[in-house]
Amino acid sequence: MTTYLARSKQVAARMLGGEMMIMSPRDTTLFNLNDVGSVIWESADGKTPLDEIIARLCAEFDVTPDVARQDAETFIQELAEHGIMHVSDRPITAEPPRQEPT
Amino acid sequence: MTLTATRELAIDIGGMPILVRTDSAEFAALLEDRYGSFIHAPSGDRIFSLDIDLIPPRTIEEDEDVRVRMESGCWIITRGDFRAEFDPRTGHGWVRQSPNPYSIDGVLRILHSLFLASEGGFLVHAASAVRNGRAFLFAGVSGAGKTTLSRLAPPDCEVLTDEISYVRPATEPRPTEPRPTEPRHTEPRPSGSGYVAFGTPFAGELARIGANLRAPLAALYLLVQGPENRIEPVDPTAAVRAVLRNILFFAHDEELVGLVFQSVFDFVAQVPVHRLIFTPDARVWELIA
Repeated sequence: MTTYLARSKQVAARMLGGEMMIMSPRDTTLFNLNDVGSVIWESADGKTPLDEIIARLCAEFDVTPDVARQDAETFIQELAEHGIMHVSDRPITAEPPRQEPT
Repeated sequence: MTLTATRELAIDIGGMPILVRTDSAEFAALLEDRYGSFIHAPSGDRIFSLDIDLIPPRTIEEDEDVRVRMESGCWIITRGDFRAEFDPRTGHGWVRQSPNPYSIDGVLRILHSLFLASEGGFLVHAASAVRNGRAFLFAGVSGAGKTTLSRLAPPDCEVLTDEISYVRPATEPRPTEPRPTEPRHTEPRPSGSGYVAFGTPFAGELARIGANLRAPLAALYLLVQGPENRIEPVDPTAAVRAVLRNILFFAHDEELVGLVFQSVFDFVAQVPVHRLIFTPDARVWELIA
């Protein structure tokens, strides 16, 4: 199954000193993204498959595909739990309806 | 027939006067006593207004947190001891509370945090003082030393607050909206960081309202108590985190939260942020000039 990622449009994000900082407006959790996280974040345009993003990570960083996938999935899951990354098995063209935290 | 005269008092904090109306002479006197130099006579200019609806004192649910939400274009603000509504489109609202100074104080803090969010400013847990015409902020949580540092301030300093500082980008009032009640400027007025700090009546353990004046902001120090007095650099991401941690913000409104986030980045890009390690000794002020 192909996975697609999209940054939430509601998220507040700023680059500072070469480091991406993003905040969930829903719960004000603040994240600092390292180089790998920043590549995933920038690539999460709703159209690029996760496999292609992992290939980018392997090309840019000294990491095996298995490790890159494992790290990426953990990272994506955390951002998704805070409502700042959307994940789908098809391309994401619009902001999905908001899911209230349970 | 009983006649009651409505009292009007303009409480002017940060150059944003809020006209408070009450039918109670006792409550008006209490406000005058509480807000001192921050009270001005009402003027004819457009300012925000609040009607006070006094109710008898009752048992307060102390555990009830403040809640701020937007409903049908109005801010609904509730806490165990008050309920308030404010319509930002008309600039008018009301507060239902018992005759005490703490409830209205809470409402004012929340309203100013909302006003400032859309202006690139914020209220922050910080002491602040003016020296040589420039303002300095000293941020920290309870116990970090805000009041201690304020008590140690030398005679050539004017303390703006020992608890909650008021910061916003330096912009001149628009010609169509003069603000004759603007707090007095300090002299001289050197060019600053692009931000201005205002005195506030929001006091901590010092239990004294701040000086009602404004000055260009020179720096923000993050307070850390230690064995000696020294200043350390702070990297920008740590500065953003620290400032965000100390900001007073009450509304669970995603748009406003995003605005405050962006405001803090803009602030850190323009205002020097350092760590001030200090021992409770007046000599710490030798580092602040």
